[in-house]
Amino acid sequence: MRVKRISKKIPELPESPEKVDLSLLDPLIEKFSGKKGITIPVLQGAQEIFGFIPREVFIRLSEELNLELNELYGVATFYAQFRLSPVGKMIIKVCHGTACHVQNAGTITESLQESLKVEDGCTTEDGLFTLESVACLGCCSLAPVMMIGDETYGKLTGNEAVKIIKELKLKEKN
Amino acid sequence: MTKTKVIIGLGSCGVAAGAGKVYKKISELKEAENLDFELGKTSCVGMCYREPLVEVIDENGSFLYGGIDEDKAVELINKHVNNNNPVRDYIVVTDLYDTPDRKYLEGQVKIALRNCGMIDPEIIAEYEERGGYGAVRKIVENKIPPENVIKEVMDSGLRGRGGGGFPTGLKWKFAHKNKSDNKYIICNADEGDPGAFMDRSLLEGDPHSVLEGMIIAGYAVGANEGVIYCRAEYPLALKRLAIAIEQAEDRGYLGSNILGKEGFDFRITVKEGAGAFVCGEETALIASIEGERGMPRKRPPFPAESGLWRKPSNINNVETFANIPWIIDKGGSAYAKYGTEKSKGTKVFALAGKINHGGLVEVPMGITIKDVIFKLGGGIPGGKKFKAVQLGGPSGGCIPEYLSSTVVDFDSVTATGAIMGSGGMVVMDETTCMVDVAKFFLDFTRKESCGKCTFCRVGTKRMLEILIRITEGEGETKDMEKLEELAYQIKDSSLCGLGQTAPNPVLTTLKYFRDEYEAHISQKKCPSLTCKKLLTYEVNEENCTGCTVCAKNCPVDAIEGARKEVHFIKQDICIRCGVCFNKCKFDAINLS
Ligand SMILES: Cc1cc2nc3c(=O)[nH]c(=O)nc-3n(C[C@H](O)[C@H](O)[C@H](O)COP(=O)(O)O)c2cc1C
Ligand code: FES
Repeated sequence: MRVKRISKKIPELPESPEKVDLSLLDPLIEKFSGKKGITIPVLQGAQEIFGFIPREVFIRLSEELNLELNELYGVATFYAQFRLSPVGKMIIKVCHGTACHVQNAGTITESLQESLKVEDGCTTEDGLFTLESVACLGCCSLAPVMMIGDETYGKLTGNEAVKIIKELKLKEKN
Repeated sequence: MTKTKVIIGLGSCGVAAGAGKVYKKISELKEAENLDFELGKTSCVGMCYREPLVEVIDENGSFLYGGIDEDKAVELINKHVNNNNPVRDYIVVTDLYDTPDRKYLEGQVKIALRNCGMIDPEIIAEYEERGGYGAVRKIVENKIPPENVIKEVMDSGLRGRGGGGFPTGLKWKFAHKNKSDNKYIICNADEGDPGAFMDRSLLEGDPHSVLEGMIIAGYAVGANEGVIYCRAEYPLALKRLAIAIEQAEDRGYLGSNILGKEGFDFRITVKEGAGAFVCGEETALIASIEGERGMPRKRPPFPAESGLWRKPSNINNVETFANIPWIIDKGGSAYAKYGTEKSKGTKVFALAGKINHGGLVEVPMGITIKDVIFKLGGGIPGGKKFKAVQLGGPSGGCIPEYLSSTVVDFDSVTATGAIMGSGGMVVMDETTCMVDVAKFFLDFTRKESCGKCTFCRVGTKRMLEILIRITEGEGETKDMEKLEELAYQIKDSSLCGLGQTAPNPVLTTLKYFRDEYEAHISQKKCPSLTCKKLLTYEVNEENCTGCTVCAKNCPVDAIEGARKEVHFIKQDICIRCGVCFNKCKFDAINLS
């Protein structure tokens, strides 16, 4: 027997730093209302809107779509794609797949950590970059690879990666 | 005179290498100077190592140019297209004369990849021109009954390309037999093996062949609905799939009464994965489509009996589906002509790692690993020594150099302790540490274990801890036995393939590279100079310029020396973090 447990508190979830405009969810709710197998696409949709999934969003989605809150939260924490806290304006995905690993992907992450002064998985103070490690971006023949937005950079060295970040930063400032 | 065509390869790999910019440049140039040629795009031909690729087809034949950047593109248009003067230096392959790169293509037999790099994947007519949707048409026009379609697939000897190698025809037969009001065809496009990219290339380069394979499967087993489960990390594949589905609907290949045949209904939807390796396992994948955590379910019942929404479902890999139209078109026996006794046909491999020609190759089963790596792959860069090849990703193993005449087919590869897997081939040379590779995979499976089975969840963690210890110089001789013991316990006590195969990378490296483990454990040495904690860092006095960068960056102040003078690393303080080595611009830190 499964125990139904609905809690409005979700203690693990961080408070959202800013007020979340929940009306942005309306089209999403309309689209998925009454359908089956929607948990993942709904969460993907919400993340698309907010960049992460704020706690208020969990609560509204669970109420409007008749999904159990614990189930939504369970799914969101199971899959690597979902984030529960805000991310930087640009996400740097450094590939640590097999091909990239044997081509020294470690140095790329280390150099970026140094240059950006963040740990892997964290966001820079200025909110510009989030540094992440991912498994295989499917461009293994260009290893080591990193991806920022839709742009993929291949055959990198630590210095080149840092240079690319610096250029992006400069562009952002102007 | 036919118009000259200029075609640019815009697969993910091409775009990553800068093909998007080249395309833009050429189209701007065409516009500005009002040039008279046809500009087209295609996807990856598999020569990822030569990207960005630009093909010029004129009255003399085809010229494939490699390594083209914006400047070279301008040169190429001016010389070749405007003045009929091909730029020999950049030609990779041409109809006119032999080139070294021709070898890469000649050893291949393209069945699954038959259209990749040949057509614009966003234009359905180009697929049709090359015989696309001919197999569906043949079934409808010749009124071939589902049983005969299944028989054709059985005759082909095709075995699942997703890793398991289960005979596809047999799987279809089971799903066909089970009666139900609704059945599903599922395409597994989760491609979780890090180091494999065949499915991505196929979906980007020829999405219609996968759709057509699914439509035929739907007809054969009696399913009206298809679902493609594609990982979200493949934005371009997702985009092209969406375009392809829309076009196929418009042309009546998808929908109700397909090609006018009463009751032949089939629709396809795409589900985006959310990043979990275990979701490649079929029962976990089904749970994920249903919106749950991707946790594997107990089999039996197999999906053919009770799969998606508890209905009979048939699940196959992308490459498996891409082979189907060819088989129906040309006949099962034509496919079975290729390959070995028990592994028929061709297999696509993704070559990556320490190899000159990284990319995609499709070869007949039964070719040796050596031929793939040296004849097609062009060998190891920098004159380094070939050490091993990793097959089958986190579920597979490392095959050492001395077994490189092993032929690739399901049974021979399994006999080495590796598995054929989905086709990722990561080549390793003498600078790759095999203990580190084992650690890498265990770290991966530990993170990706869904946590359902204790042995998989905790056992992989224990194994990883031991491996970390060994690579940090804290290993003990009995660690090797401990690893083996844990490995067999995990294999025996896990519900799904993830746990059952997770120890393979450790077992194969222990089997073939035991001496490396021993060197780490008893001599505290990493023979390939990879494991940082086992290295000694020293300043190369000749190269050191005294720039002080290493000293400034050393986190423990282990480096001394005045500006413009040779520096010195105090070994008793050094924590072997490698920062000085990475920071030095003058190659002045030696490793030993
Ligand atoms: C942990 C694990 C991961 C898997 N990942 C994939 C995958 O990424 N792609 C795939 O096609 N099959 C994968 N499989 C195999 C599938 O379970 C299944 O056998 C396959 O999709 C069936 O299709 P096929 O018969 O055409 O190979 C995986 C299996 C396991 C145990
Ligand atoms: S391993 Fe990095 S892109 Fe595949």
